[in-house]
Amino acid sequence: MTVAWYLVVSALIFCVGAGGVLVRRSPLVILLCLELMLNAGNLALIGFSRMTGTADGQVFAIIVMVVAACEVVVGLGIIVALYRRRLPIDVDRLRELSG
Amino acid sequence: MSPTTWAWICLALPLAGAIFNSFFARSLPGERTAGWIGTGAIWLSFVAACGAFASLMAHNADDRTFTSTAWDYANSVGVDAKMTILIDPLAIFMMLVVSGVSALIHTYSVTYVWKDNGFARFFVYLNFFVFSMLLLVMSGNFVPLIIGWAFVGAASYMLISFWYRRTTATRAGIKAFVMNVIGDVGLVLGTYFIVFRGTQSLDFLVTFHRVDTVFAPNAGDLVAGCILLLVGAFAKSAQIPLHTWLPDAMEGPTPVSALIHAATMVTAGVYLIARMHPLFENATAAADVGAVVGCLTLIVAATIALSQTDIKRVIAYSTMSQIGYMIMAVSAYAYAAGLFHLFTHAFFKALLFMAAGSIIGAMGGEQSLDRMSGFRRALPFTFICFLGGGLALSAFPITAGYFSKDDVLDLLGGEGGWHWVLYVLGYVGAFLTALYTFRMIFRAFFGPECAEARELRETGHLHHPEHPFNPDTHEEEDTNVGFPGPGHYIAERERPMKIAMYTLLVGCIVNGLIQIPFVDDLVNDYLRPSFANSPLYERVIEEPSDTLTVVGLILSAVISIGGIALAYFIWVRRRDTIPQRFRMRFRPLYEFSFHKWYFDELYDVVFVRPGTTIGRFAANVFERVVIDGLVNGTISVVRAGSTVVRAAQDGFLRVYAALLLLGLALVALWFLLQST
Repeated sequence: MTVAWYLVVSALIFCVGAGGVLVRRSPLVILLCLELMLNAGNLALIGFSRMTGTADGQVFAIIVMVVAACEVVVGLGIIVALYRRRLPIDVDRLRELSG
Repeated sequence: MSPTTWAWICLALPLAGAIFNSFFARSLPGERTAGWIGTGAIWLSFVAACGAFASLMAHNADDRTFTSTAWDYANSVGVDAKMTILIDPLAIFMMLVVSGVSALIHTYSVTYVWKDNGFARFFVYLNFFVFSMLLLVMSGNFVPLIIGWAFVGAASYMLISFWYRRTTATRAGIKAFVMNVIGDVGLVLGTYFIVFRGTQSLDFLVTFHRVDTVFAPNAGDLVAGCILLLVGAFAKSAQIPLHTWLPDAMEGPTPVSALIHAATMVTAGVYLIARMHPLFENATAAADVGAVVGCLTLIVAATIALSQTDIKRVIAYSTMSQIGYMIMAVSAYAYAAGLFHLFTHAFFKALLFMAAGSIIGAMGGEQSLDRMSGFRRALPFTFICFLGGGLALSAFPITAGYFSKDDVLDLLGGEGGWHWVLYVLGYVGAFLTALYTFRMIFRAFFGPECAEARELRETGHLHHPEHPFNPDTHEEEDTNVGFPGPGHYIAERERPMKIAMYTLLVGCIVNGLIQIPFVDDLVNDYLRPSFANSPLYERVIEEPSDTLTVVGLILSAVISIGGIALAYFIWVRRRDTIPQRFRMRFRPLYEFSFHKWYFDELYDVVFVRPGTTIGRFAANVFERVVIDGLVNGTISVVRAGSTVVRAAQDGFLRVYAALLLLGLALVALWFLLQST
């Protein structure tokens, strides 16, 4: 089995994640989709790692997981803050960032 | 203790006083404590100066030069900026004069500015001034010299503008500061020419040692440097053409006029030339410039003093004139004579200002001679002091001024050549001095009693005007901070003023006795080690023949008594007729003198008006059109650019994500296309 299939799966998962980010309006789901994208990246890294026979890719993947965990902490924190302030849980209606 | 240790103590005490009073004056008990602390610091400083003197005299005459370095500012090839003091007879001479006269004037001030709202501030400034002046006279390196030079200018500015809500006073302060900065620039540039294009050392002793090997006599750089040093000296010592600030500086409180603008700071130029004598002796062309300017100043100032009506300004012009004598003397290599005159002048001029302060107190702040008359019986003590100071100033026989002025002129005459012109003009100046001094005395103390004098004599009440006013413009003022306080004082009733004036009165009568021709030569003997390597100095003091000296002494006496007699005739016997008739007959001459030779008007046309015109152009046209145009142009460019970019930032999160992904896809596509 070549590395190509891993990459195909990875690309599919990435596209699913990206599509989710683009079409969903709930910040919670967007976060989930972001996780999907990150893990697609992880999958590709590990696939490459197997291909070259070194552990570099796996180290990267672990670092990405750490970053993802941090990102989820921040993201969920924002969502909880939104909920507590009774703000709409809808990214399209949270447009205060407009310049 | 060594002389340098004493000198450091002498230097530190006034600074300590200034710092202490600036932090703790408000929390001190008692009304005048801050003043007494400031005064005490200066008295102790005087004691330290005496200690330095005693310890210096314990050394052999050929071993009386000491240096001490506290720290280095910068030390490398050609730049040795160090905090060095140079203690030799000349430095200690100046230290004694500065700290001694300052101590007396501080004592006087404790009463004089007592009721002023700003009493402690006054003493902080005054102590700071004494510190700066001592730094100036002690420095053994160009860097501390320049620092001291600038500090005394700053202290002078702060004290002239002490009553800072008085427009005339702040203007006078600015004028003095600007003039003095011209001098500071001269001093710095002079240092550049002498040190960095010549001797390669900022240290005085090294520079003096190298000057005749590095420069040929009258070498261009050296003469330029010395003339620039003279510019510094002229600005500080109010010599033509940089003198116009001194009369205006009389806007400051009277003790300030006595201390800074008569006895000490304005003599810094004389000290500078004496200190730099090895340079000037190699640049005789520059020294001649100094002598001529000094002579010009003494004549011009004396003619102006003849017609002024503000009592303090008359004394200010006489200061200019007397400093002219000193500058002339030290520029003609008669150093000890010039410094002797500096010493006696400090006494009688401080005394005259103090006595003038007492009359102004009795007049309730009025300074015009036109309004005061007949104070002789109302203010007997002030009268005696003013008379004593006036006699010394007019070089009346056996007073201090007689011997010192005569010493200066005697040595000038002895040099022969064109110095004869200076000699003759010096005597003309002496005659004018006697005339204007006694004009002032006869107008203020003789004649019919003015209302204020009668009130004081008959009822014992000191005149207080209904409203405090500016003596210059007669505008009404209040007595809060920034204006003079409500108190007016006369020396007859205030012990500190009386003590200070007594001391100076005795001083200006007996000081001359330390250097009487044919009798003793103390000043010369004492200062000789400072001028030991100066062949010109040795020659100059030996030159005058005994006949010349005797003739000079007699001539001085005759001229002084003649001047006083003429003044008596004009302003006492014929006070109602002659002055008016003279004014009518010689109107242009009178106007010329009354308007101070039109120097202020000339500077106004040549410098001030073009300056303000350029300033106004810069503010109204250049600033508005060019500078504002550049600034506003930048702003509008940035603003327009940001409006365009802002459209993308619509806050729609999913669009951001889409754009991000699109960009990512494009980058990926580009790499893909590259790889195939």
